[in-house]
Amino acid sequence: MPEKIRFTVNGDVVEMAVEHHQRLLDVLREDLALTGAKEGCGGGECGACTVLMDNEPVNACLVLAVEADGREIITIEGLARENCLDPLQEAFIEHAALQCGFCTPGMILSAKALLLRNPNPTEAEVKEALSGNLCRCTGYKSIVDAVLAAAEKQS
Amino acid sequence: MRMVRFIREGGKAMYLPDFNYYCPHSVQEACAILADLGAGAKVLAGGTDLLIKMKHELVVPKALVSLKNIRSLADIGYVEGKGLILGARCTHNDLVNSTLLHQRYLSVAEAAHQMANNQIRNIGTVGGNLVNAVPSADLPPILIALGAQVTLVGPGGERTLPLEQFFTGPGQTVIAHDEILTEVVIPDQSTTGSTYIKFGLRRSGALAVVGVAAAVTVVERVIREARIVLGAVAPTPIRAREAEERLVGNAVSTELLEEAGIRAATACKPISDIRASAEYRRDLVRVLTKRSLRRAIEQGHV
Repeated sequence: MPEKIRFTVNGDVVEMAVEHHQRLLDVLREDLALTGAKEGCGGGECGACTVLMDNEPVNACLVLAVEADGREIITIEGLARENCLDPLQEAFIEHAALQCGFCTPGMILSAKALLLRNPNPTEAEVKEALSGNLCRCTGYKSIVDAVLAAAEKQS
Repeated sequence: MRMVRFIREGGKAMYLPDFNYYCPHSVQEACAILADLGAGAKVLAGGTDLLIKMKHELVVPKALVSLKNIRSLADIGYVEGKGLILGARCTHNDLVNSTLLHQRYLSVAEAAHQMANNQIRNIGTVGGNLVNAVPSADLPPILIALGAQVTLVGPGGERTLPLEQFFTGPGQTVIAHDEILTEVVIPDQSTTGSTYIKFGLRRSGALAVVGVAAAVTVVERVIREARIVLGAVAPTPIRAREAEERLVGNAVSTELLEEAGIRAATACKPISDIRASAEYRRDLVRVLTKRSLRRAIEQGHV
């Protein structure tokens, strides 16, 4: 039996019917066509499916869509505003902080949550905040540099 | 690991087997639903363990009873004469960021911070960490060391028991299928220090190879009271009582802490697995017992 939920996705109020077994990731990718969040491990290890729920990063593969009822979700598609990239997105480009790009949406959203909470993080704090996001191209250094640069630019 | 079944139903991909879903507004209502549905119903708190088990069909619930709408379960508070109360639905990061814990038992906030990674800590709950009863779980050792009690509410009423008596084996506890763990209480106490030290193979997202918690009462360099709890070296978290007995009544010294470490290592029952050999775990218990005692004695609740 489908269940009606109402939640905010990238600033828009969305009302829709979801199946109980659908994960937040399934609904975002398949019903709302927001394919930025990726399914990597599907078990909360890799962070490729990271989205913000009430401004905190969560694994969208471990949240049932019905549990997102009433919450505010931000995906990578929600960061840019009117053709203007988020400072984190700019910094990732400037620092070539991506290779294949699969982990990038999750990386940027974990970093976004950090900067919302802590606009001037130390390098250690950035590494800690990104520790639930794996990059198999092993580009961590440029990623950390990009986050620190974005923080500096914003402050 | 079993193959993950991927089926299509009505053109829509299904990653989880289907189930009914309930989100009651009170604990009583939730217990009534659980009692009514029988063993096929499971409680859904954060879901970070349950959804993975469902995906691999290790658990195939007919129904999930979500605690999402039971707001009272998400509070952290202090009640005079009772102690510090952690609602079962508090996430690990609620503990990490709790001012109350920072003031009284930073050690609990620090232990919560060592669990998994930030994303999981935002969803995984205290109650889930306990009820799942994974032998390497990070919260049980420090909570047992601090003498925590848990409250279980069922259709017939509620009962309170020491967390130490809650676990019966890997994935096994005394909770009945229609009971809900509602809160953890850390009672007021005279302990002067406590800490949890975890050794994992990585800093983030790794289970404890060994975790050791210590809580002590030290007066003028003499140990009056000591509780040592070992994680990941037995089917449940265990107290190292022989080590505790060696400490009580004695003045702090390097030799004394080493002896306690050896006694704890002798008492534990580790297994060899993919993360470490039994021998390695046993020696880690010796080292981490010594270190956690030293830290709790010298630095307070950290």
